[in-house]
Amino acid sequence: MSYIIDRRLNGKHKSSVNRQRFLRRYREHIRKAVEEAVNQRSIQDLDRGEQITIPKRDIHEPNFGHGSGGKGSIVHPGNKEFATGDRIPKPEGGGGQGAGQGNASNQGEGEDDFVFQISQEEFLDFVFEDLALPNLVRKDLKEIKEFSIKHAGIVSEGTPSKLNIVRSMRNAYARRMVMSSGSRKKLAEAEAEREALLKLADSPEEKAKIAWLDEQIELFRQKIERTPFLDTYDLRYNHHVKEPRPSSKAVMFCIMDVSGSMTQETKNVAKRFFILLYLFLNRNYEKIDVVFIRHHTSAKEVTEEEFFYSRETGGTIVSSALKLMEKIVKDRYSPDQWNIYAAQASDGDNWDDDSRICRQLMEEEIVDLVQYFTYIEITPREHQSLWHAYEQVQTNHPKNFAMRHIVDVGDIYPVFRDLFQRRQHESNR
Amino acid sequence: MSRTAKKSDRLSQGPDWSFELIQQYDDEIGKIAKEFGLDTYPNQIEIISSEQMMDAYASVGMPLGYHHWSYGKQFLEVEQNYKRGRMGLAYEIVINSSPCIAYLMEENNMMMQALVIAHACYGHNSFFKGNYLFRTWTDATAIIDYLVFAKKYILECEEKYGIEEVELTLDSCHALMNFGVDRYKRPVPLSMTEEKARQDEREQILQQQVNDLWRTIPVFDRAEEEQQKERVFPSEPQENLLYFLEKNAPLLKPWQREIIRIVRKMAQYFYPQRQTQVMNEGWASFWHYTLMNELYNRGKVEEGFILEFLQSHTNVVSQPSFDSPYYSGINPYALGFAIYSDIKRICENPTSEDREWFPDIVGKPWLEVLDFAMRNFKDESFILQFLSPKVMRDFRFFGIENDVLDPFVEVKEIHDDSGFRGLRQRLAQQYNLSHREPNIQVQRVNLYGDRSLVLKHTMDGSRPLNDDTVEVVKHFKRLWGFDVRLESWDGDRLAQVYSSEAPVEI
Repeated sequence: MSYIIDRRLNGKHKSSVNRQRFLRRYREHIRKAVEEAVNQRSIQDLDRGEQITIPKRDIHEPNFGHGSGGKGSIVHPGNKEFATGDRIPKPEGGGGQGAGQGNASNQGEGEDDFVFQISQEEFLDFVFEDLALPNLVRKDLKEIKEFSIKHAGIVSEGTPSKLNIVRSMRNAYARRMVMSSGSRKKLAEAEAEREALLKLADSPEEKAKIAWLDEQIELFRQKIERTPFLDTYDLRYNHHVKEPRPSSKAVMFCIMDVSGSMTQETKNVAKRFFILLYLFLNRNYEKIDVVFIRHHTSAKEVTEEEFFYSRETGGTIVSSALKLMEKIVKDRYSPDQWNIYAAQASDGDNWDDDSRICRQLMEEEIVDLVQYFTYIEITPREHQSLWHAYEQVQTNHPKNFAMRHIVDVGDIYPVFRDLFQRRQHESNR
Repeated sequence: MSRTAKKSDRLSQGPDWSFELIQQYDDEIGKIAKEFGLDTYPNQIEIISSEQMMDAYASVGMPLGYHHWSYGKQFLEVEQNYKRGRMGLAYEIVINSSPCIAYLMEENNMMMQALVIAHACYGHNSFFKGNYLFRTWTDATAIIDYLVFAKKYILECEEKYGIEEVELTLDSCHALMNFGVDRYKRPVPLSMTEEKARQDEREQILQQQVNDLWRTIPVFDRAEEEQQKERVFPSEPQENLLYFLEKNAPLLKPWQREIIRIVRKMAQYFYPQRQTQVMNEGWASFWHYTLMNELYNRGKVEEGFILEFLQSHTNVVSQPSFDSPYYSGINPYALGFAIYSDIKRICENPTSEDREWFPDIVGKPWLEVLDFAMRNFKDESFILQFLSPKVMRDFRFFGIENDVLDPFVEVKEIHDDSGFRGLRQRLAQQYNLSHREPNIQVQRVNLYGDRSLVLKHTMDGSRPLNDDTVEVVKHFKRLWGFDVRLESWDGDRLAQVYSSEAPVEI
């Protein structure tokens, strides 16, 4: 006798723990591969899995075994022309067919590298590993305006609109069964007796008895029927509770210089940086708004498409963008409710007098509004006035403001990691 | 049996399987198997998806195992190969347990399911129950219990001592796994409760013994001290390296000894399988062939079904020749199937050659001879005993020798009258585990000095050890706790020394 069991419904990820163990063990390899991928991939597919290659020797599990050399002996099938005593020259540069029988490979294909795929989720885990958002606060627990409705069981009181029909009917049925059980029992007895009498039935006495029984039966039937079909205490209602939901909203400002001096290449570097930041925020907050502000001599809020691809010419006044940002924050993103992050990218050009205004704006207004303001300067040239102005901001407000210098694409990821490295005081919180 | 049986006797022939249908086929096949006298454990047939099959692959077919990164690696490898279409999944995995668990993949059609049932549930199953190696070294009723125990124990260790620590110990044990088997002693089967109770006891006693061996309190009695100095430890070389470490390594913690023991037990459990590939797969193939044909002879299945089966069967038992791009050694299914089939032929239709070579079995009832052959041999002795000249001719076997100093390889024997015996010997040797694996034993321990340990490798045919050796010696050192040297001896000549420390020049 055999038992046949359907196991398909059992979990299929029995190996997932072992897989995690494997990833943990080779995290250095994976991290390196991820780093390369982030720097080399086009922007659109930053957000997917990655193929990881690990050299076979690093992953090999050692075992005692025979090496090549010495005297080997082996039997092969499929002889065609060999005769006893034939001497066959060995193939160039190899141990010949002799010795290699021990490890008939279940290890795949010889010396190739070990290649496997990590999922998008895992990829991003590695990209943002050990990074933390500075000054992350769950805004505004007291002024909660968002609630989520949660199912909280079944109750016996409620509004008709929340009537749980199935439960109510079930209760009613049970109650009817109980309440009428006595009558039904007697009814069954009377009917049985009547059946029995009908079979012999002739004498007047018996006929009278039958008539009496008929009466009784009718009585019981009525009694059973009179049991109310639905009673108030059968009713059951679905119960819901409102649960306050802490706001975890963030808004991200992308500010970029689009003046004539910014080439498409510089913009691409900026775009990668913005996207990294966006993906990172996305992992930390449920809801993210992104505001794109581009500027030359004047600033404008634009769509993503316009932000990255339309070209403008002319001079540069950075403070215009900062003013616009401040205005948008005041209008739409109250700092009480929103976590505000900003990233500014520029090649460092600015109208000379403006840098002073920028610093003033930054120190007096913006730094207090935002969680974190990052400025990246993408230029192979010397720094100009804006950089120096911002440097002072950084010294005065090291917690909320950071700036870095990027020369080419390869710098983006290291700089990003550097900017968001988990700080000591962060991890203590 | 008439092949024109009534239509109603037929089992449904559609390609799709269903649970009722599997049940029906299993009933039929089981009935026939019983008539042929196959003695089996009860069967537990489990239907699984391909993903689950990959999981099963990764855990060497065991239904549950402890966690270790190497199984994750295995899984990723299988997954990658499968997804790229470089490799099909095996049709079945069967576990030596009672009840005997066989996995059927849901993707397979009814013919394949029937084939797998015949192959695994009656072929392998009866082999597990009958072969002397399995009877001696494994306890089918206890293995699942033991796996549960092992998994739980290692999980607890991870919680207590950290994943990292446990992983290091397991790594080292795995490196020595093939050297963790007893060859000459019968282990006592244990159930989970016994194991649990004994384990606590063992932890204490073991530690005591070890402490005794390494006692450092000065001995005042001169005579006793002299006597101790002369004591050689171990008194005889030890070939079960893991066992030696478990019992004698000075610095191991009790839980580490238990982990060594678990790995050792697993190695012991798989030991018979490593020695009976040809016999086991051949036996299962012989029986799926016989049982499926019998289904057809009795009119249970149609021509289309049996033709499809024959095609699959031919693939399973095909043997590419040595110069084919598909050649990857001798196919154990093919060789085993050929030998068993030939035994049957020798019993029923012997030639004069057979009378000369196998006077004992000519004309005997084939079922009895086959049963005897299955029960009492391992690959090496099975080939030595039953490989007939006809099979060698059919496979066109030839034996070659290869000396690294010689620019030529030499053909020693081919499938002709003068070569048969030598060829058979050579092939049998190839399946001899002690020839396939190097002979490494614990030679001596410096008890009263630096506690260093010497392993001795006795070379076979001057074959050196592989490139992993130093790594494995380091793993050995991790468990032993003190320096370890491995000496390779070619006869009386010390050929090479591997050390857990710096490389040693001779």
